[in-house]
Formats: sequence, C-alpha cells, structure tokens
Amino acid sequence: MAEDRFDAIIVGGGLAGIAAAYRLAQEGLEVLVVERGNTCGSKNMTGGRLYTHTLEKLIPDLLQRAPLERRIVKERFSLLTPSSGTTIEVDSAKLGGLYANSYSVLRAPFDRWLADEAEAAGVMFVCGVLVDDLIIRDGRVCGIIAGEEEMEADVVILAEGVNAQLAQKAGLREELQPDQVEVGAKEVLSLDQAVLEDRFHLAPGEGIAWIIRGEDAFGPGANGFLYTNKDTISLGVVTEIGKIPSAQHSMVELVDLLKEHPVVAPLIAGSKTVEYSAHLLPCGQGAILPRLCGDGVLLAGDAAGLAINLGYVVRGMDLAVESGLLCAETVLKCHETGDFSRDALSSYETAIQNSFIPRDMERCGSYAAQLGNKALYDDPAKLIDVLTAVMQG
Amino acid sequence: MAKMTIEDKLGLNKFNTNELNSHIDVDKEYLDKQEVERVCRACPAGLYKLDAEGKLSFDHLGCLECGTCRVLSGGKVVKGWHYPQSGYGISFRMG
Ligand SMILES: Cc1cc2nc3c(=O)[nH]c(=O)nc-3n(C[C@H](O)[C@H](O)[C@H](O)COP(=O)(O)OP(=O)(O)OC[C@H]3O[C@@H](n4cnc5c(N)ncnc54)[C@H](O)[C@@H]3O)c2cc1C
Ligand code: SF4
Repeated sequence: MAEDRFDAIIVGGGLAGIAAAYRLAQEGLEVLVVERGNTCGSKNMTGGRLYTHTLEKLIPDLLQRAPLERRIVKERFSLLTPSSGTTIEVDSAKLGGLYANSYSVLRAPFDRWLADEAEAAGVMFVCGVLVDDLIIRDGRVCGIIAGEEEMEADVVILAEGVNAQLAQKAGLREELQPDQVEVGAKEVLSLDQAVLEDRFHLAPGEGIAWIIRGEDAFGPGANGFLYTNKDTISLGVVTEIGKIPSAQHSMVELVDLLKEHPVVAPLIAGSKTVEYSAHLLPCGQGAILPRLCGDGVLLAGDAAGLAINLGYVVRGMDLAVESGLLCAETVLKCHETGDFSRDALSSYETAIQNSFIPRDMERCGSYAAQLGNKALYDDPAKLIDVLTAVMQG
Repeated sequence: MAKMTIEDKLGLNKFNTNELNSHIDVDKEYLDKQEVERVCRACPAGLYKLDAEGKLSFDHLGCLECGTCRVLSGGKVVKGWHYPQSGYGISFRMG
C-alpha cells in the first residue's frame, strides 16, 4: 500500500466537502480534498442566502471573519404578472430563532476562504483535478482515480454536488430525471454601494432576500430571486428542467424577461453585468436517498439530495454543511474501530434522520398546503406568521 | 442600457477552454426535431442552435457546466457528457 494513503478522501471542495474535511482534520485525521475547480468555489454558484447556524458550529467566530456579503434583514416575496406585480415585505423584527443569522454570499470568494481555513487546520487540498472514477474492489470503495493517478483511503466521502456522477458509479444513486431538478441561471450585477443601499432602503451591511414567483408572468415553473451583496446584486431565474420544453420562453430569454420586468428593472437600472452563471438544484422538498452510504463510501450535501427548493424557499448550503459535519462524526467513530463497512457507516444515515434536515424538509413542504388554504387570508396576523416562516425557510 | 446578447454575457466570464476536445458529445443528426428543440431552449448558455435549414450546431466553448442538457436529453441528443478535463472550463470569480 502506498505511503500516501489517507484516512479519508473527499471528492468536491464545496461546502459539504470542506466542512467534512475540516472537522476530520481538527481531530488529527489525514484528509485529502480533491476539487475540479482551479480554486475551491470556482465551479460553484448559489442563489445567495447562507443560513450560518451550521457553519458557526465549526467556526464559532465565523460572522466576524468570513467574507459574508450582507446580513439579511428584509425579506420580500413578489407575485408577478406579465406587466405588474405585488410585493410583500417583512423585516427584521420577525426574524429570529435558529435561523436568525443569514447572509448573502458569493461562492467563489466564500468557498475559497473556507478552504483556506480548512487548510490551516491541516486539510490537504488538490485543486484543478477532476476525479474520473472510483477504485471499487469486491463492492467496496477503496479510493479514487484522477487521470493516471490512483489514491486510496479508508473511506471516500462524495460531496460532488448535484450532478453526482460518482455516486452513480458507487451504485448509490440513479441518473437525475428532468422532473427532479431545476436549472438556475444568474447574473451578478455591479452597482454603486450607496445607490444599492438607497434603492433597497438598507443600512451598510444590511441586505435583502427577495423571492419572486414568476409563473404567471413567465410561464410554468419559472421563479426568480434577488439577493443584495456588498456592491453587487445576484439576480436569477430558476425553472424545472422538465417544464422548459412546454414553456413559452427559453432559459436564455427568461433571465432577460426578469431583468426587464417593471417590478425589477428600476432596481437594477444603471448596474453592469459582471458574470453569468448556471447550475442545477434539486427541486421540491427534496428526497433523501434511501441509502447515503455503502462499503467505504458516504454521500453528503446535494450529492445526497439534501436540499429544499420550493420556489419560495431555497436552502441547500446549511444542509450541505450539516451533512458534511455528520459524515465526519461517523468517520471519526469508524476510525476508532477500523471498520468502514456499510453497516458501520450507516450510523451516518441515522444521524441525518435525527438531525434538523428531514424535519425542515418536511416543514417547508407543508407551507405549500398552508399557503393554498384560503381561510389564511382572512387572518392577517396568521398570514404574516406563515409568510415569515416561509420566507425564513 | 443596450440589451446584452447571451454571447455578450458569456464574454464576461472567465474560461480556460479546451479548444480541441469537447466534453459534450452531441448527435447533430438526431432525428426527433422536437427533442432537439427542447435542448436548444433549455441550455442556459444558448450553445445548441438550429439554423434556418433546421440543422443543429453545438459549441462547447461557453459551457457553464450545469448538466441541464444531460439530464434533459442524455442518451438522445446528448450522447456523452463529462465535466471538462482537469484545469479546463469555467472559473467563476463571483459564483
Ligand atoms: C440557482 C440556485 C440558487 C440557490 N439558492 C440557495 C440559497 O439561497 N440558499 C441555500 O442555502 N442554497 C441555495 N442553493 C442550493 C445550494 O447552492 C446547494 O445546495 C449547495 O451549494 C450544495 O453544496 P455541496 O457542497 O453539496 O455541493 P457544491 O457546492 O455543488 O460542491 C460540489 C463540489 O464538488 C466539485 N466536484 C464535482 N464533481 C467533481 C469531481 N468529479 N472531481 C472533483 N471535484 C468535483 C465541484 O467543483 C464543487 O466544488 C441554490 C442553488 C442554485 C443552483
Ligand atoms: S452543460 Fe449546461 S451550459 Fe453546458 S451545454 Fe449543457 S446545458 Fe448548456
């Protein structure tokens, strides 16, 4: 066996992967993260809102040090028709509890910072390397293959995101179907900081999270989002892939329609597009896969289907971090006994079941029914409570 | 503000493209025109194009590596889909 054998190899230096690696390195394990981007974060995009509760467990002074864009103090929810719209806004007084802390983020700088932190804690990173395949012997995952290189470890954590092709190779998931995923396309628009704060009525450091129901304006399944960053705006459209063919507009057109819509256009006037990105995200309430581990292998984050996306709530980043941390706890236990069989690793599945993840997935799923209940609209106080809960995710 | 084309938008991104090898293998002769149109409409980078004669062209330069075309038409219009080789492809500066 080669000397460069690791305790754990983590495929994917996104939030799930870095969190898992960081936690393992804190306990002195030899861990390697292999990331296909030239830096961590360079292949990643998100809508914009990170609930920090899970990362704060790992980095207690996160809020003081991390490159967070703006603290979310206002929530907006709009319903658009083709030519107009109606908007509900809730502000900070209603925000609280476990999810009180949320911030807009941009993944390229954010993931890179987190990776630097993890590296300082002892994690080894190899960036700019695509993992092509897994080493599988007698049904047990023993390591990874990247080009000509092969590397082995006691356990491989697949934190490769939504296009989980290695998880398919490990026999833990099937290819995605068009009704299981949405595609999001986003522009980052730069805008003078003072102008931005003035337009959205924000104090320095404060931000807004804005979910836009666009189905009535743009066609079935098309929704929008807007998050304010320091001196940029993240604006994008999310659509169920299976619905695009029957929709009126192409994905490329939808982004422009949102930008030109009378409710949105005045707020981005004079801004300049600086980047255009696209990414898949699981749709609906998400479905936790029946199996999150096999012999020598664990799945975390989007690769494990751990995300909530109901149009009006999109949460995957804090779930990714939590699942990464829970992977690490299981690996630490197995490291003691030296047993990395599926049976031993399945304590991870139990830990996920006992975490906030399935509870929140279910709770957010129930909002759809609540919002559809007409009686709710006769009771403004209840309506505000439900909307606040919905907007907070 | 003059309206930007999708090419303008992609032009703002940082790519390190592999000019020679496409990471996506497209069946340009695929017969089901409806299927081809689906893919053209879905790609957020507008890389699948039908010309006036209904002929499909595809350009892997500008690919955002989202996977939409694979999920929608894997095994049909999209014969093979991989991430670009190590070190190549999109590099988001914002993300
Ligand atoms: C449009 C949109 C809006 C969203 N909005 C929000 C939001 O506001 N709030 C929220 O919480 N969540 C949001 N999400 C969801 C959130 O972004 C994801 O759930 C989260 O990023 C998942 O993290 P991850 O670590 O599991 O995967 P990722 O962040 O995707 O990381 C996977 C990593 O693995 C790497 N990788 C993949 N394959 C390989 C390989 N073979 N070899 C080497 N490296 C590989 C990738 O380069 C990447 O760095 C949104 C998603 C989208 C698309
Ligand atoms: S992966 Fe996404 S951006 Fe690239 S060609 Fe397919 S649909 Fe277009």
